[in-house]
Amino acid sequence: MLYIFMLGYDVDFGHMEAVSLISAPKYPEKQVGYIVTSSLLNENHDFLRLAINTVRNDIIGRNETFQCLALTMVGNIGGREFAESLAPDVQKLLISSSCRPLVRKKAALCLLRLFRKNPDVVNVDGWSDRMAQLLDERDLGVLTSSMSLLVALVSNNHEAYWSCLPKCVKTLERLARNQDIPQEYTYYGIPSPWLQVKTMRALQYFPTVEDPNTRRSLFEVLQRILMGTDVVKNVNKNNASHAVLFEALALVMHLDAENEMMSQCVALLGKFIAVREPNIRYLGLENMTRMLMVTDVHDIIKRHQAQIITSLKDPDISIRRRALDLLYGMCDVSNAKDIVEELLQYLSTADFAMREELSLKAAILAEKFAPDLSWYVDVILQLIDKAGDFVSDDIWFRVVQFVTNNEDLQPYAAAKAREYLDKPAIHETMVKVSAYLLGEYSHLLARRPGCSPKEIFSAIHEKLPTVSTTTIPILLSTYAKILMHTQPPDPELQKHVWAIFSKYESCIDVEIQQRAIEYFALSSKGAALMDILAEMPKFPERQSALIKKAEVAEVDTAEQSAIKLRAQQHMTNALVVTDQHSSNGTPQSVGQLSLVKIPSTSGDEHTSADQELSQANGTLATVDPQPPSADLLGDLLGPLAIEGLPGAAVLSEPNAVSGLEGVPIPADDAAAIVPVEKDTNSVQPIGNINERFYALCLKDSGVLYEDPNIQIGIKAEWRAQHGRLVLFLGNKNTFPLLSVQALILPPVHLKIELSLVPETIPPRAQVQCPLEVMNLHPSRDVAVLDFSYKCGTSMANVKLRLPAVLNKFLQPITVSAEEFFPQWRSLSGPPLKLQEVVRGVRPLSLIDMANIFTSFQLTVCQGLDPNPNNLIASTTFYSETIRPMLCLIRIETDPTDRTQLRITVASGDPTLTFELMEFIKEQLVGIPTAPRPPAPPAAQPTNPAAPVAQPTNPAALTDPGDLLAGLL
Amino acid sequence: MGIRFILMVNKQGQTRLAQYYEWLTLEERRALEGEIVRKCLARNDQQCSFVEHRNYKIVYRRYASLFFLVGVDNDENELAILEFIHLLVETMDRHFGNVCELDIMFHLEKAHFMLEEMVMNGCIVETSKSNILSPIQLMDKTS
Repeated sequence: MLYIFMLGYDVDFGHMEAVSLISAPKYPEKQVGYIVTSSLLNENHDFLRLAINTVRNDIIGRNETFQCLALTMVGNIGGREFAESLAPDVQKLLISSSCRPLVRKKAALCLLRLFRKNPDVVNVDGWSDRMAQLLDERDLGVLTSSMSLLVALVSNNHEAYWSCLPKCVKTLERLARNQDIPQEYTYYGIPSPWLQVKTMRALQYFPTVEDPNTRRSLFEVLQRILMGTDVVKNVNKNNASHAVLFEALALVMHLDAENEMMSQCVALLGKFIAVREPNIRYLGLENMTRMLMVTDVHDIIKRHQAQIITSLKDPDISIRRRALDLLYGMCDVSNAKDIVEELLQYLSTADFAMREELSLKAAILAEKFAPDLSWYVDVILQLIDKAGDFVSDDIWFRVVQFVTNNEDLQPYAAAKAREYLDKPAIHETMVKVSAYLLGEYSHLLARRPGCSPKEIFSAIHEKLPTVSTTTIPILLSTYAKILMHTQPPDPELQKHVWAIFSKYESCIDVEIQQRAIEYFALSSKGAALMDILAEMPKFPERQSALIKKAEVAEVDTAEQSAIKLRAQQHMTNALVVTDQHSSNGTPQSVGQLSLVKIPSTSGDEHTSADQELSQANGTLATVDPQPPSADLLGDLLGPLAIEGLPGAAVLSEPNAVSGLEGVPIPADDAAAIVPVEKDTNSVQPIGNINERFYALCLKDSGVLYEDPNIQIGIKAEWRAQHGRLVLFLGNKNTFPLLSVQALILPPVHLKIELSLVPETIPPRAQVQCPLEVMNLHPSRDVAVLDFSYKCGTSMANVKLRLPAVLNKFLQPITVSAEEFFPQWRSLSGPPLKLQEVVRGVRPLSLIDMANIFTSFQLTVCQGLDPNPNNLIASTTFYSETIRPMLCLIRIETDPTDRTQLRITVASGDPTLTFELMEFIKEQLVGIPTAPRPPAPPAAQPTNPAAPVAQPTNPAALTDPGDLLAGLL
Repeated sequence: MGIRFILMVNKQGQTRLAQYYEWLTLEERRALEGEIVRKCLARNDQQCSFVEHRNYKIVYRRYASLFFLVGVDNDENELAILEFIHLLVETMDRHFGNVCELDIMFHLEKAHFMLEEMVMNGCIVETSKSNILSPIQLMDKTS
């Protein structure tokens, strides 16, 4: 049966058999029963409860072998219940002197398991003495197990186990001197290398060794290990002795021993990274990286730089990775230039699996240690040239940011960009950077040969046929900017550019289309062009997004605020466009402008819009990129959302806006003002869609949407990363609803399958549409249900957000202190652990906050944090691509100022950490009764086709709409 | 917490023995095994015996047609695990007399008993061969 299971089949049928075998009286049967049970079932399985009693009988029974079996099983799969009922018995066994070592070593590990499940079973005060006794044990088997137990105990609370420290040292001494070690336990002449390793590991959990005697003898042992290890012929012996040696190195580093020993270590490591044996080389590199973090031995390590760079060319990817890490770690101002150049050179030959990491690291180093900025620009442009596919957008955004902020750099960068454009085949990212830089600064080059606006234009235009739709809008912006900078205007160029604009006016991509139309209108307007396309204001100085992210292509908040800012700029432009169109008499919805208190009568609207624009620009220059701009954003959103593009679904947008402004804009009004638009909705939703959505985020069933004709209810079941939703479509009328259509626009992280929706819903009937959801990776994007039906002659269309949000894939988990702290410590620093101070939070009492957390499936762990003002929560996140991930959250509040808190989120996955952090922030900042939607619809008007476009979302960065908004 | 899983896989990539010390569902196990096996089997002798995969480090060693793969977490001594694999093989050798793939296939339960004696809950319990083998001999006697 095990065999079947191993092959990957389900063997539910046999579980009962296995459990019943446990209670069999014969040894072989019992053994099979125990082993099968422990490998097939997990701790939460129901059958295990049945076995608890038998197991207990075996443990307290007289038969040693039975005791062993039972202990092993509990040790492997014992859960909380076992911990509660069996712990005292196990402890008794462990310390009783009458038992054979056989039983006691099992008992030790069994206790370890139980302790992990429930730390209360081990009473700290009593145990430190007993632990010390245990360490006096002569039998090495028991000692090995006890040492494992000690490691766990000490890692949890080293204070209480001080008394064990000298014993550890003594054990180590005994082993190292090879005294009193039975033949059975020596492995290739080395006394139990595993126990040595374990002992040193345990020692590393104590902060320092204070007692001078112990310290001296410990150092003696270490010295002996460091000096006494030679390379020998026998592979196994060699490995075993080096295992001990590396552990000794780690211990020396930990103890931060005196200099002599440290330099000895570095010398050893230097020798290791040059040996032929790949395992040793690998570990040498890894330990060197570790050493960098602990102490200041940079100078010594730098001597090995050449050797490390050779390792970068090793045939083995594991070794290359380590070498890269090490190089990254040892880089500082003095050697940055060499290292980055080396990395760049290597980049062209590196294999694909590493290029992305490599380019990111090179970019970070270049930025961190750049001796001058032009060098930085050079490096990045080279980087894009060599490995364009692997350079994430953030890297080139950052360059643009630098260039914009440094005036001296602008001509240089533009010239460089021009040079790259002359190459026959260049990467698309390069086209983007070059086009952007040239668009902004080409006029600075105008005097140089080959840099007249026309020539630049044609150089850029050559690339147009080769690029994808995301780049075309950037190119269009560039054309508009070139046109603007050309003074006096060049009619030929102008004609050319206009031809291109008009060509793209009918482009299938909404973004391109809108841009083309806007630019065309703008450029024909003349003077106003200058204002709008004036140079980008300087970016607010901010810390590098790249460094924060290190390995994940994610956006930090600063970047987000930039997007917000850019979105605003885009909007101001769009405003003018609207105005432009209206004065041109194009059939656009002028009336909508009145919603932002701009007089809708045509005469003076021109000026007022311009005023608005300059105001907005004024704010822009000084604006603090943080929340205050949200209001402005909201105001600007108003007209845009409704204006949209003709033919866009109208109802959804006013609704989305209503969440933001708190004033629902009746869709009927819109319809009244714009009779031209045929598919405008004539039905008005009952109740606030946003509120309904938020309610559904917290519970699993309820009404998602309701209007006079139809009610859409939803019922959901969530299991790990899978979800099953049922939509209940109920017709409230006495006539059938026709042409019912439901489309799901899923974000990339969700896999959603909707079963067929019937075309008609009979009168007073309710149809059910099941919906399968699978979560692929963490993200806060929301899936949108595009629902439409025909009622009489009018078409109704709504876009509803589906409550398949991040927290649905969470499952509460209780974490005990001894699970929490090692986990918390092991996830050190970004990107796995993020910390942020959040201000402007709605004041909440701790109890309220705990309730909110519980409603989001986060378990609040009481009493973990000594400070009563802090809150610790934990949860497990399920998704398809990563295994169930434990997430830990800590909220520190300030009792004097409830509006500010510090959030720390940690998990084993950087994306998850980031998303969860943002999610919690959203919840804490925005939960008041009229919740701010997590998806402000800013991007919707520009691109209604995008499934979910939200400017605050990291995903939006890759969204062409926002990207462009930024570049305008 | 040390060892997360132990796999024995033959040259064709078929799993011959699998023991996990943390709970994964069947699908997860299958996927994990597939990925790891593909990664490890593709490597040659000159490369080192450690592969990083997801958040595990895989320490592997090849014996004729059989691969022994051990997944450990980040704070475990890799070389010690490497030698532990060898110890496991030596123990099996002592029991079966020059162990081969077929021995493990047809005496899967014994292989499991041995592992059970050596590793418990991801920690090494016993490294003395005679101690490891004593319960198995006991069982052979009784049956």
